Amino acid sequence: MLIALKDLRIEGRSREVLYTMGFSAALVVLVFSFALASATDPAQGPITAAGVLWAATLFTGTVALARVLDRERENESIRSLLLSPAPRAAIYAGKLIATSALMLSVEVLLTVLVGVLFSAGVFSHLGWLALVLVLGTLGFASTGVVFSAALLRSRSREALLGALLFPIVIPVLLAASRATACLFDPLSPDLEPVAFWVRFLLATDVIYIALGLWVFEPVVSGE
Amino acid sequence: MPTRTTSPRFLALTVLTAALFVIACNAIADAPREITMGLVQKIFYFHVPCAWLLMLSTLVCAGGSVAYLFGGSERGDRVAVSASELGVVFGLCVLVSGPLWAKAAWGVYWQWEARLTSSLLLWLMLVAYVLARRYGGASARRLAAALALFAAIDIPLVYFSVRFFRSIHPSNTVVSTLGPGMRGAFWLSLLAFTALWWVLFSARLATENTYARLVDLEILLDQAEEKKS
Repeated sequence: MLIALKDLRIEGRSREVLYTMGFSAALVVLVFSFALASATDPAQGPITAAGVLWAATLFTGTVALARVLDRERENESIRSLLLSPAPRAAIYAGKLIATSALMLSVEVLLTVLVGVLFSAGVFSHLGWLALVLVLGTLGFASTGVVFSAALLRSRSREALLGALLFPIVIPVLLAASRATACLFDPLSPDLEPVAFWVRFLLATDVIYIALGLWVFEPVVSGE
Repeated sequence: MPTRTTSPRFLALTVLTAALFVIACNAIADAPREITMGLVQKIFYFHVPCAWLLMLSTLVCAGGSVAYLFGGSERGDRVAVSASELGVVFGLCVLVSGPLWAKAAWGVYWQWEARLTSSLLLWLMLVAYVLARRYGGASARRLAAALALFAAIDIPLVYFSVRFFRSIHPSNTVVSTLGPGMRGAFWLSLLAFTALWWVLFSARLATENTYARLVDLEILLDQAEEKKS
């Protein structure tokens, strides 16, 4: 918990990651909207909007992961963190919370942007949408923290992180974007598939976080 | 487990596998033709064993990774590498033979449905494992092991996906509904493929073992030279 607070406090002071992440995420959404502007068929609108939202989230998440753990690499502070008596599970949880919080704050901006540019019904089911966003982000960050922590010292980490992480988070992304597409649909707010995908997300999150807690220690202690 | 590819046990296993393949091919050729699909159905005898081997490889890879990650077993790591590469090969066989059958049966090569998607994901994770091992350097070994564990979660998803989701992929019970001629051919083919997997796995593991010994010897040689000078 303290680790999460520390990371978030540093972020609160400098706002370095938040601004760059937010800006690049907004650019991703803009690029998509330029590319798809003429092709958007009204019937496909919600699906496109949900896809763009989650693709942008994926990009920002990767940036966030790199930054949250990079900070520990500078000055070798990861070593002192690992040597401290804090249990590894606490380090994992702290990084998970910090990454998720960063991503979620950018996602708020992204959702508004997608709502404006793709005229999606962002505000029709705000509670459900928030739940899907939180669950999707947790699912992404739970695996992302493990892999970017393990890649701290690897030479080609930027390239490898994507290659390793994306196949694992695709189920999360798929479920989240399906649920979001249902929520964005202005005509038929059908909540039954949303409930199904939320349950799926919940189950995946529980499994991923449990596995992350279990694997984090041996993966990081090898460094 | 034969440690050398020249050992008599390994040779016997290879001959046995070859014989099994000959028998299985004959049985497949003799098996009755399916009424609606005709010859295309025979892809089944290739596709399902490969899918089984994809899952087996992932399972072995995950098992080896657990031994390596939590027990520090170098042998477990070598087992995991060998299995992951076989998983990529057999996964490719599944992903090529499936669409060929689907084109004839469904009219399209690919459908985004649960089993196809989850199998593709499983294969992608194995590819990522191999990539990490090859290009990730030393620190990627633990990372790849963690990846193998995440891939293992996908196995039940692949297996049960036809039950959980509405799916157009034939269900798992299809084997028990086969006619007697087809069933014999199917089990023979499964046995032949599993034997092939074992042969390839032994050979790959033997290479990996030899390589590990070579590295050890190199280190010893360096130490000896240092002492001399």
